[in-house]
Amino acid sequence: MSQPTLDTEGHAAPPRRNGEIVFEAPWQSRAFGLTMSLCEAGAIAWSDFRARLIDEIGRFDAANPVLPEAGAEPAPYAYWDHWLAALEGLITERGLCSAEDLAGRVGAYAERPHGHDH
Amino acid sequence: MSDAALRAEALEALLTERGIVTREAIDAVVSHYEQDVGPMNGARVVARAWCDADYRARLLADGTAAIAELGFTGPTEGECIVVVPNGPRVHNVVVCTLCSCYPWPVLGLPPAWYKSPEYRARVVREPRDVLAEMGLELDPNVEIRVWDSSAEVRYLVLPERPPGTEALSEDDLAALVSRDAMIGVARAGEPAS
Repeated sequence: MSQPTLDTEGHAAPPRRNGEIVFEAPWQSRAFGLTMSLCEAGAIAWSDFRARLIDEIGRFDAANPVLPEAGAEPAPYAYWDHWLAALEGLITERGLCSAEDLAGRVGAYAERPHGHDH
Repeated sequence: MSDAALRAEALEALLTERGIVTREAIDAVVSHYEQDVGPMNGARVVARAWCDADYRARLLADGTAAIAELGFTGPTEGECIVVVPNGPRVHNVVVCTLCSCYPWPVLGLPPAWYKSPEYRARVVREPRDVLAEMGLELDPNVEIRVWDSSAEVRYLVLPERPPGTEALSEDDLAALVSRDAMIGVARAGEPAS
Protein backbone atom coordinates (compact mmCIF):
# COMPACT_ATOMS: atom_id res chain seq x y z
CA MET A 1 0.00 0.00 0.00
CA SER A 2 1.57 3.22 -1.03
CA GLN A 3 0.69 6.53 0.55
CA PRO A 4 -0.36 9.44 -1.62
CA THR A 5 2.71 11.54 -2.02
CA LEU A 6 3.15 15.24 -2.18
CA ASP A 7 3.61 16.44 -5.72
CA THR A 8 7.30 17.18 -5.57
CA GLU A 9 7.86 17.45 -9.33
CA GLY A 10 4.84 19.13 -10.89
CA HIS A 11 3.15 22.47 -10.54
CA ALA A 12 2.84 22.12 -6.75
CA ALA A 13 6.49 21.19 -6.33
CA PRO A 14 8.10 22.61 -3.21
CA PRO A 15 10.55 25.15 -4.60
CA ARG A 16 14.01 25.01 -3.13
CA ARG A 17 14.77 28.69 -3.50
CA ASN A 18 13.10 31.91 -2.60
CA GLY A 19 11.41 34.05 -5.18
CA GLU A 20 8.60 31.84 -6.46
CA ILE A 21 5.92 33.44 -8.61
CA VAL A 22 2.90 33.46 -6.34
CA PHE A 23 0.20 33.79 -9.02
CA GLU A 24 -0.31 31.37 -11.88
CA ALA A 25 -2.57 33.65 -13.93
CA PRO A 26 -3.14 37.41 -14.03
CA TRP A 27 -6.77 37.10 -12.86
CA GLN A 28 -5.56 35.53 -9.61
CA SER A 29 -3.42 38.52 -8.77
CA ARG A 30 -6.32 40.87 -9.64
CA ALA A 31 -8.71 38.90 -7.42
CA PHE A 32 -6.17 39.02 -4.60
CA GLY A 33 -5.55 42.74 -5.08
CA LEU A 34 -9.27 43.46 -5.24
CA THR A 35 -9.86 41.56 -2.01
CA MET A 36 -7.15 43.37 -0.09
CA SER A 37 -8.18 46.73 -1.55
CA LEU A 38 -11.77 46.16 -0.42
CA CYS A 39 -10.46 45.35 3.07
CA GLU A 40 -8.30 48.50 3.10
CA ALA A 41 -11.28 50.58 1.94
CA GLY A 42 -13.42 49.14 4.73
CA ALA A 43 -15.93 47.69 2.25
CA ILE A 44 -15.41 44.16 3.56
CA ALA A 45 -13.74 42.72 6.65
CA TRP A 46 -10.84 40.33 6.25
CA SER A 47 -12.27 38.07 8.98
CA ASP A 48 -15.53 37.74 7.02
CA PHE A 49 -13.62 36.94 3.85
CA ARG A 50 -11.51 34.35 5.62
CA ALA A 51 -14.61 32.66 7.06
CA ARG A 52 -16.05 32.36 3.55
CA LEU A 53 -12.77 31.05 2.16
CA ILE A 54 -12.71 28.39 4.88
CA ASP A 55 -16.28 27.42 3.96
CA GLU A 56 -15.41 27.12 0.28
CA ILE A 57 -12.29 25.06 0.95
CA GLY A 58 -14.07 23.00 3.58
CA ARG A 59 -16.72 21.96 1.07
CA PHE A 60 -14.01 20.81 -1.32
CA ASP A 61 -12.14 18.95 1.42
CA ALA A 62 -15.31 17.20 2.61
CA ALA A 63 -16.10 16.06 -0.92
CA ASN A 64 -12.50 15.10 -1.74
CA PRO A 65 -10.82 13.47 1.27
CA VAL A 66 -7.12 12.79 0.96
CA LEU A 67 -7.33 9.00 0.78
CA PRO A 68 -4.51 6.66 1.64
CA GLU A 69 -5.67 3.95 -0.81
CA ALA A 70 -3.06 2.79 -3.24
CA GLY A 71 -3.21 4.66 -6.49
CA ALA A 72 -5.75 7.23 -5.31
CA GLU A 73 -5.09 10.36 -7.33
CA PRO A 74 -5.68 13.62 -5.49
CA ALA A 75 -8.64 15.55 -6.86
CA PRO A 76 -7.61 18.65 -8.82
CA TYR A 77 -7.50 21.56 -6.42
CA ALA A 78 -7.95 25.12 -7.65
CA TYR A 79 -7.20 27.36 -4.67
CA TRP A 80 -7.81 30.65 -6.45
CA ASP A 81 -11.20 29.45 -7.74
CA HIS A 82 -12.19 29.00 -4.09
CA TRP A 83 -10.81 32.45 -3.31
CA LEU A 84 -12.84 34.00 -6.14
CA ALA A 85 -16.02 32.19 -5.08
CA ALA A 86 -15.57 33.45 -1.52
CA LEU A 87 -15.04 36.99 -2.79
CA GLU A 88 -18.09 36.89 -5.08
CA GLY A 89 -20.25 35.59 -2.25
CA LEU A 90 -19.16 38.30 0.15
CA ILE A 91 -19.45 41.12 -2.41
CA THR A 92 -23.01 40.16 -3.36
CA GLU A 93 -24.02 39.53 0.25
CA ARG A 94 -22.77 43.00 1.19
CA GLY A 95 -24.70 44.52 -1.70
CA LEU A 96 -21.56 45.99 -3.30
CA CYS A 97 -22.97 44.61 -6.53
CA SER A 98 -25.84 42.25 -7.22
CA ALA A 99 -25.49 38.70 -8.53
CA GLU A 100 -27.57 39.80 -11.53
CA ASP A 101 -25.21 42.67 -12.36
CA LEU A 102 -22.25 40.35 -12.07
CA ALA A 103 -23.83 37.68 -14.26
CA GLY A 104 -24.77 40.30 -16.84
CA ARG A 105 -21.26 41.67 -17.03
CA VAL A 106 -19.68 38.22 -17.24
CA GLY A 107 -22.04 37.37 -20.08
CA ALA A 108 -21.20 40.57 -21.93
CA TYR A 109 -17.45 39.96 -21.58
CA ALA A 110 -17.84 36.37 -22.77
CA GLU A 111 -19.37 37.60 -26.04
CA ARG A 112 -16.50 39.88 -26.93
CA PRO A 113 -14.70 38.96 -30.16
CA HIS A 114 -11.82 36.53 -29.71
CA GLY A 115 -8.62 38.29 -28.79
CA HIS A 116 -10.40 41.26 -27.27
CA ASP A 117 -9.39 41.40 -23.67
CA HIS A 118 -10.23 44.93 -22.65
CA MET B 1 -10.41 33.59 -21.27
CA SER B 2 -11.42 31.20 -18.54
CA ASP B 3 -14.67 31.66 -16.69
CA ALA B 4 -12.73 32.63 -13.57
CA ALA B 5 -10.80 35.27 -15.48
CA LEU B 6 -14.06 36.73 -16.83
CA ARG B 7 -15.63 36.78 -13.37
CA ALA B 8 -12.59 38.43 -11.79
CA GLU B 9 -12.50 41.05 -14.54
CA ALA B 10 -16.24 41.72 -14.17
CA LEU B 11 -15.97 42.12 -10.40
CA GLU B 12 -13.08 44.54 -10.71
CA ALA B 13 -14.90 46.57 -13.38
CA LEU B 14 -18.17 46.78 -11.44
CA LEU B 15 -16.54 47.80 -8.16
CA THR B 16 -14.19 50.36 -9.71
CA GLU B 17 -17.02 51.89 -11.77
CA ARG B 18 -18.96 52.34 -8.54
CA GLY B 19 -16.00 54.00 -6.87
CA ILE B 20 -15.70 51.38 -4.11
CA VAL B 21 -12.05 50.72 -4.98
CA THR B 22 -9.63 52.08 -7.55
CA ARG B 23 -7.51 50.23 -10.07
CA GLU B 24 -4.51 52.07 -8.69
CA ALA B 25 -5.12 50.63 -5.23
CA ILE B 26 -5.39 47.12 -6.67
CA ASP B 27 -2.22 47.65 -8.72
CA ALA B 28 -0.40 48.77 -5.59
CA VAL B 29 -1.41 45.68 -3.63
CA VAL B 30 -0.35 43.33 -6.41
CA SER B 31 2.94 45.10 -6.93
CA HIS B 32 3.64 45.04 -3.19
CA TYR B 33 3.17 41.29 -2.92
CA GLU B 34 4.90 40.45 -6.18
CA GLN B 35 7.94 42.62 -5.58
CA ASP B 36 8.36 43.94 -2.05
CA VAL B 37 7.21 41.26 0.37
CA GLY B 38 8.67 37.80 0.46
CA PRO B 39 10.85 35.34 2.31
CA MET B 40 13.79 37.77 2.23
CA ASN B 41 12.01 39.64 5.03
CA GLY B 42 11.84 36.55 7.20
CA ALA B 43 15.43 35.68 6.36
CA ARG B 44 16.53 39.04 7.77
CA VAL B 45 14.59 38.36 10.96
CA VAL B 46 16.21 34.93 11.34
CA ALA B 47 19.72 36.21 10.64
CA ARG B 48 19.27 39.00 13.20
CA ALA B 49 18.12 36.47 15.79
CA TRP B 50 21.18 34.30 15.09
CA CYS B 51 23.52 37.26 15.57
CA ASP B 52 21.84 39.12 18.43
CA ALA B 53 20.80 37.19 21.55
CA ASP B 54 18.74 40.10 22.86
CA TYR B 55 16.83 40.31 19.60
CA ARG B 56 16.26 36.55 19.66
CA ALA B 57 14.80 36.84 23.17
CA ARG B 58 12.48 39.65 22.08
CA LEU B 59 11.49 37.70 18.97
CA LEU B 60 10.49 34.64 20.97
CA ALA B 61 8.68 36.72 23.59
CA ASP B 62 6.68 38.85 21.12
CA GLY B 63 7.21 37.95 17.50
CA THR B 64 4.91 40.62 16.08
CA ALA B 65 6.72 43.44 17.88
CA ALA B 66 10.24 42.17 17.16
CA ILE B 67 9.39 41.70 13.47
CA ALA B 68 7.92 45.21 13.35
CA GLU B 69 11.27 46.51 14.67
CA LEU B 70 12.69 45.60 11.25
CA GLY B 71 9.85 47.39 9.51
CA PHE B 72 7.70 44.39 8.60
CA THR B 73 4.04 44.75 9.48
CA GLY B 74 0.89 43.06 8.27
CA PRO B 75 -1.96 44.26 6.07
CA THR B 76 -4.76 43.07 8.34
CA GLU B 77 -5.43 43.82 11.98
CA GLY B 78 -5.68 41.37 14.80
CA GLU B 79 -3.06 38.84 13.78
CA CYS B 80 0.06 38.09 15.70
CA ILE B 81 3.13 36.21 14.59
CA VAL B 82 4.52 33.63 16.98
CA VAL B 83 8.10 32.47 16.36
CA VAL B 84 8.88 28.85 17.21
CA PRO B 85 12.57 27.94 17.55
CA ASN B 86 14.07 24.68 16.30
CA GLY B 87 16.66 22.98 18.46
CA PRO B 88 18.63 19.75 18.66
CA ARG B 89 15.63 17.86 20.07
CA VAL B 90 12.68 19.77 18.60
CA HIS B 91 11.68 20.52 15.03
CA ASN B 92 8.74 22.81 14.23
CA VAL B 93 6.62 22.80 11.10
CA VAL B 94 3.73 25.10 10.16
CA VAL B 95 0.44 24.43 8.39
CA CYS B 96 -2.98 26.01 8.00
CA THR B 97 -5.38 23.08 7.99
CA LEU B 98 -8.48 25.13 7.15
CA CYS B 99 -7.30 27.45 4.40
CA SER B 100 -4.03 29.28 3.78
CA CYS B 101 -3.12 31.44 6.79
CA TYR B 102 0.54 32.32 6.65
CA PRO B 103 2.84 35.01 8.08
CA TRP B 104 2.58 37.39 5.12
CA PRO B 105 4.80 40.19 6.49
CA VAL B 106 7.81 37.89 6.71
CA LEU B 107 7.18 35.27 4.00
CA GLY B 108 4.90 36.92 1.45
CA LEU B 109 2.13 34.75 0.01
CA PRO B 110 2.23 30.98 0.48
CA PRO B 111 3.42 28.58 -2.22
CA ALA B 112 0.93 26.25 -3.93
CA TRP B 113 1.98 23.15 -1.99
CA TYR B 114 1.32 24.87 1.36
CA LYS B 115 -2.31 25.41 0.31
CA SER B 116 -2.79 21.91 -1.15
CA PRO B 117 -5.26 19.47 0.44
CA GLU B 118 -2.49 16.86 0.64
CA TYR B 119 -0.16 19.00 2.73
CA ARG B 120 -2.93 20.37 4.95
CA ALA B 121 -4.31 16.92 5.69
CA ARG B 122 -1.14 14.89 5.92
CA VAL B 123 1.39 17.06 7.75
CA VAL B 124 -0.75 16.88 10.87
CA ARG B 125 -1.32 13.13 10.60
CA GLU B 126 2.12 11.97 9.53
CA PRO B 127 4.55 14.88 9.71
CA ARG B 128 7.70 12.74 9.72
CA ASP B 129 6.71 11.03 6.46
CA VAL B 130 5.68 14.28 4.80
CA LEU B 131 8.94 15.99 5.76
CA ALA B 132 10.94 13.01 4.47
CA GLU B 133 9.08 13.18 1.13
CA MET B 134 10.00 16.87 0.95
CA GLY B 135 13.65 16.01 1.48
CA LEU B 136 13.99 16.59 5.21
CA GLU B 137 14.98 13.42 7.07
CA LEU B 138 14.83 13.94 10.83
CA ASP B 139 16.44 11.79 13.50
CA PRO B 140 13.76 9.58 15.11
CA ASN B 141 14.64 11.13 18.48
CA VAL B 142 13.74 14.63 17.31
CA GLU B 143 10.25 15.64 18.40
CA ILE B 144 8.16 17.21 15.64
CA ARG B 145 5.73 19.94 16.63
CA VAL B 146 3.07 20.88 14.07
CA TRP B 147 1.61 24.38 14.43
CA ASP B 148 -1.81 25.00 12.89
CA SER B 149 -2.28 28.63 11.90
CA SER B 150 -5.46 30.49 12.71
CA ALA B 151 -7.10 33.85 12.19
CA GLU B 152 -5.32 35.16 15.27
CA VAL B 153 -1.93 33.46 15.16
CA ARG B 154 0.55 32.93 12.32
CA TYR B 155 3.75 30.98 12.93
CA LEU B 156 7.31 31.45 11.75
CA VAL B 157 9.94 28.77 12.35
CA LEU B 158 13.32 29.97 13.60
CA PRO B 159 15.70 27.43 12.02
CA GLU B 160 18.92 26.30 13.67
CA ARG B 161 21.99 28.23 12.60
CA PRO B 162 24.03 25.93 10.34
CA PRO B 163 27.43 24.80 11.59
CA GLY B 164 30.49 26.56 10.21
CA THR B 165 28.84 29.95 9.89
CA GLU B 166 30.51 31.75 12.81
CA ALA B 167 32.45 34.10 10.54
CA LEU B 168 29.56 35.09 8.29
CA SER B 169 27.96 38.52 8.31
CA GLU B 170 24.27 38.99 9.00
CA ASP B 171 23.64 39.58 5.29
CA ASP B 172 25.48 36.41 4.33
CA LEU B 173 23.55 34.46 6.96
CA ALA B 174 20.24 35.75 5.62
CA ALA B 175 21.13 34.31 2.24
CA LEU B 176 21.19 30.83 3.82
CA VAL B 177 17.60 31.07 5.08
CA SER B 178 15.03 29.75 2.63
CA ARG B 179 11.30 30.17 2.70
CA ASP B 180 10.97 26.41 3.25
CA ALA B 181 13.26 26.54 6.29
CA MET B 182 10.98 29.14 7.88
CA ILE B 183 7.89 26.96 7.26
CA GLY B 184 9.82 24.06 8.74
CA VAL B 185 10.04 21.73 5.74
CA ALA B 186 13.78 22.27 5.23
CA ARG B 187 16.89 23.20 7.18
CA ALA B 188 18.73 26.47 6.79
CA GLY B 189 21.41 26.00 4.12
CA GLU B 190 25.06 25.37 4.64
CA PRO B 191 27.37 28.04 3.26
CA ALA B 192 28.84 27.25 -0.14
CA SER B 193 32.40 26.00 0.28
